[in-house]
Amino acid sequence: MPRIPAPPLPKALQPKPKKPGESNGEAKPYRQPLEGGVTVVDWLDERTAMSGGLRWLLFRKVPRGVNWPYTLGSATLFAFLNQAVTGVFLAMYYRPDASGGAYESIRHINDDVFLGQLVHAMHKWGASVMIILIFLHMGRVFFYGAYKYPRELTWVIGVVLLILTLAMGFTGYLLPFDQRAYWASVVGININAGGPFIGPFLSNFLLGGADFGATTLSRFYSIHMLLIPGAMAALIGAHLYLITKLGIAAPPWVKPHPDKDGDHQLDEAQV
Amino acid sequence: MPDRNRERKSKYTLDRNIPGAFEGETVTRRRLMVLGANGVGAVAAAAFTLPALGFAIAPIFKRQAWTWQAIGTPDDFNQSSYQTKVITITPGIGEAGNTIAYVRARDPSIDTEPEDQYNHWVALSDRCMHLGCPVRYVQAAERFICPCHGGVYDFRGMVAGGPPVRPLDRFYTRLNKYTNLVEIGPRFSVNSELQRFNPRFPGEPIDGIGQFLYPSTFDTAKRP
Repeated sequence: MPRIPAPPLPKALQPKPKKPGESNGEAKPYRQPLEGGVTVVDWLDERTAMSGGLRWLLFRKVPRGVNWPYTLGSATLFAFLNQAVTGVFLAMYYRPDASGGAYESIRHINDDVFLGQLVHAMHKWGASVMIILIFLHMGRVFFYGAYKYPRELTWVIGVVLLILTLAMGFTGYLLPFDQRAYWASVVGININAGGPFIGPFLSNFLLGGADFGATTLSRFYSIHMLLIPGAMAALIGAHLYLITKLGIAAPPWVKPHPDKDGDHQLDEAQV
Repeated sequence: MPDRNRERKSKYTLDRNIPGAFEGETVTRRRLMVLGANGVGAVAAAAFTLPALGFAIAPIFKRQAWTWQAIGTPDDFNQSSYQTKVITITPGIGEAGNTIAYVRARDPSIDTEPEDQYNHWVALSDRCMHLGCPVRYVQAAERFICPCHGGVYDFRGMVAGGPPVRPLDRFYTRLNKYTNLVEIGPRFSVNSELQRFNPRFPGEPIDGIGQFLYPSTFDTAKRP
């Protein structure tokens, strides 16, 4: 089977040449545990061929001139992962019970659970950070013109991700179920109702009835932690696939080198 | 692009010399299998998608019950000021299911809307008709004031200023002949002439075209 060329590893990570007199046969017993990792990776790779995909994803050519604003997308992804991890663990303590249980469970997380206040705060502040980062990332893509052909679909998926992120903020805001959460959600749901024709029914769907009830909270909770995160994870996958497939757009001020042949714009680098 | 010079195949299987073809047959076995397998797959997917979807949107179609709850005796209410009454609109969830009604006796000198069995007492909802924040009655000013975006209503609940799009919603009221208690019923909306409409969400104007742009929802309680 033909192998994909090895990535340009740093010197320190490249395998050392054999010393003179060293045999090519079986590794000496004391070396065998050290090579165990290699064996495991080879075993996996032989059955999944995933090293090719990983190399395709990680060892890409990126244009010259990439700079710090290019990291905003990864920063947003990091914020999403932070929300996912802290959210999963908050769900272990949270109870979507409108008759006081929800507020009490948040109080329990903050006051009693070890590091509960920290994890809750990471989720709460991480939400704001994610929204700030996603807008900065969108601004970077817009002002660098990176949404243009052939990357229109990446942009469209990104806009859907933005809307879903805002929906996450909206549904998550109700969950602490204090006065601020309650009234902010009442106002938000009524803004929804302001859409002609469909608005009243959409609000009815969000409320799970005519008025704010027991199902409203569990509905918001389900949308917040199952429906939207699933959709977002899938769309982030599609977003990353397109980024890898199409490559990163060069900054608008970087001109191609007419004096070099071949892929003149591309510098090899690891991102 | 399709090649126009290509010779068109006949749509009849018999003309195409397919084994087992018979007169007038146009669907090949392969095509039947593909369509059949896709159809079965679609039915299987619908078998779990449609019930789940119906389950999720069912509350839209569930009609509310028309209930009455007692709020006091007729002597409790006068014509010149509002009594604040806590009523339950969603049972079973404690504080979150309660709301406030501002109640006074009907004053024929200012309440010009026609009198019937449901408005001997005027009961206003505390939900601001801008975006649904709770309004507060200020006796000195005889105004309802919303803390969120500055909506102001006069003594009858008509818009006196700010962003609200219609007068404060009201509740049906009646006198229970057997207990001699004032009872409060479901909420209804009013337009700027205080005509009754099925309850709408805040922020939805119902004057003129608004009543059609913001239709009444399916879960409106039916008058017994």
